[in-house]
Amino acid sequence: MFRLETAENPQTLRRIAIDPVTRVEGHGKVTLLMDDANHIHQVRLHIVEFRGFEVFIEGRPYWEVPVTVQRLCGICPVSHHLAAVKAMDLIAGFGPLPATAEKLRRLMHYGQIVQSHAVHFFHLASPDLLLGFDSEPTRRNIVGVAQDFPEIAKQGVLLRKFGQEAIRHTAGKRIHGTGAIPGGMNKGLTQAERDEMRRDIDQMIEWALGAVHMVAALHRTKPEFYNHFGEFESSMMGLVDADGALDFYHGGLRALAADGSTIFDHVDYGTYEEVLQEEAKSWSYMKFPHIRSLGAETGWYKVGPLARVQVASRLTTPLAEIERKKMMQLGGGKPVMGTLFYHWARLIEALHACELIRDLLDDPDILGKDLMADRGERRDEAVGVIEAPRGTLFHHYRVDENDQVTFCNLIVSTTNNNQAMNEAIRSVATKYLDGREVTEGLLNHIEVAIRAYDPCLSCATHALGQMPLEVDLVDADGTLVQRARRNMREAR
Amino acid sequence: MSAAGESRSGATAPAPGETGEPFPADRPRVVVFGWGNVSRGDDGLGPLLLARIEALAHPHVAAIEDFQLQLEHALDLRGADLALFVDASVAAPAPFAFFETQAREGMTHTSHAMAPEAVLDVFVRVIGETPPPAFVLGLRGETFDLGTGLGEAAAAHLDAAFAFVAPLLERPDAALWRAAAARLSSQPI
Repeated sequence: MFRLETAENPQTLRRIAIDPVTRVEGHGKVTLLMDDANHIHQVRLHIVEFRGFEVFIEGRPYWEVPVTVQRLCGICPVSHHLAAVKAMDLIAGFGPLPATAEKLRRLMHYGQIVQSHAVHFFHLASPDLLLGFDSEPTRRNIVGVAQDFPEIAKQGVLLRKFGQEAIRHTAGKRIHGTGAIPGGMNKGLTQAERDEMRRDIDQMIEWALGAVHMVAALHRTKPEFYNHFGEFESSMMGLVDADGALDFYHGGLRALAADGSTIFDHVDYGTYEEVLQEEAKSWSYMKFPHIRSLGAETGWYKVGPLARVQVASRLTTPLAEIERKKMMQLGGGKPVMGTLFYHWARLIEALHACELIRDLLDDPDILGKDLMADRGERRDEAVGVIEAPRGTLFHHYRVDENDQVTFCNLIVSTTNNNQAMNEAIRSVATKYLDGREVTEGLLNHIEVAIRAYDPCLSCATHALGQMPLEVDLVDADGTLVQRARRNMREAR
Repeated sequence: MSAAGESRSGATAPAPGETGEPFPADRPRVVVFGWGNVSRGDDGLGPLLLARIEALAHPHVAAIEDFQLQLEHALDLRGADLALFVDASVAAPAPFAFFETQAREGMTHTSHAMAPEAVLDVFVRVIGETPPPAFVLGLRGETFDLGTGLGEAAAAHLDAAFAFVAPLLERPDAALWRAAAARLSSQPI
């Protein structure tokens, strides 16, 4: 039984629900059960029901799937596009991709990493969003740091734009792209497109490095706080190449324990079911994956930036590797586990992706014309995996003799992080809320922990109009005692 | 593709007033954003209305589609004289709401999507200028399930909204648009 997952006598406790009101039912919501002395007995994060995904895909011809899956998520459609097409390469019987085709896919993927991380970076750059805490000295320090990086917001937006241009040049469109097809790519890169990106990439690298330095400077303002906010020990998982370096696009699965020891390494992701198991819980639509050999109780893990940069033995680009080492030094030889390190790791990854893009643009292969692999024997089942911006993304398909998908299983990054996010908010609730009168400022601590993971709470949806956070306090009989509605779009 | 700027499909890059095909000089330039997911029921109202607007082929109108509003859409506003944000809404009265809006700092619990006001705020912070007058057209939607099409009521809302907005796009004048909003008496949603 996980600590604070299930209260012993929930009927006697008050319930607080933190509920972002969005248009689709079942979105993210946090519930806390507290007794009359404000001691916390239960904390749960309920996340989107992803149940409709598989049904949406099953019955479609396999060659349509890499395009169709982009409609699953408006945040990282390229991630779904590439994970699906990697599986369909195998289903269709294609062998290894030509160098140009694989490098174009990588360019598209790195563009996705940059644009996605840049959005987070932009929000991160706003001190009120990152740490809207109630500590005035903390706030002053943060504002001071922000003043040292006056162009940070503009740079974040332009980084995002650059990443999207990389996607557009490789996918053909900024959204609904069709660049990757089973067996390769249907669009090459022109010299003009390559030159346009090459003209800007050094500036992007410089800005990404500056963003990493800004987070490092924020950390120095209050290191104890940053080190331990939302801290909990967990295993971690990510893709690595044959040499153990981080690989966003392809590699074997590696999992490390909280002390840095290896749980498994270089596992062929096509056999992921041998090392991972998904578990359902009665109170959540979303499954809880765990490492099979460790069991559900201790086998859960983190994915995403903080896991990836620590699971990997190294990063292959020089500036990002220097910054990775600086961050990891704070763990004193063990992985760092504070939730706010996710922000730092995310920006190191943005820097890494920018450097990788530069290297690809300087590679003559990127302008090659050989875009399709040779075709061999068709398969009826395959798995495609990539490292999406928020973490490891699995696409598993079976097709019948009519080329229609008969089985589809997706494990998205947010599902992989399900237990870890619950642990993060339990850690925060225990440290900051337990035994205290709950205020909006304290509840904001919960939000900060969730934001560090940036979970996909609203795949392919959005909300026009106000997007408030509702906090309901309900007594033991279920009667609403108090409702605070916080408009998140506060006027200046 | 109706003018400079990105097409509905996002297939071209230059923002209005930046590079590429210029807007004609004789009429104010309008950027229309329509966002949503046509595979999620009434969530497709924004892109579907945008498609109808694009079919009008007004050279002074740039139509931009996306899954959701994000930071970079602030850059698409450069050089525009008017902005129109079109989306499905659960809060709008049927068949639609239409009102003027302004830049407002956007605090959200997620980085996944932005409100029109937050995009305008990004324009202020990044471009350093006053954004163009901006209006929101929110079409009432009811169901947003994955794999479903537009509902019957939403289809009627789409027709009504297009009939309302088409004449406005013919006459891209902020004063006229304000008068239209006043006649409708929509409350911000």
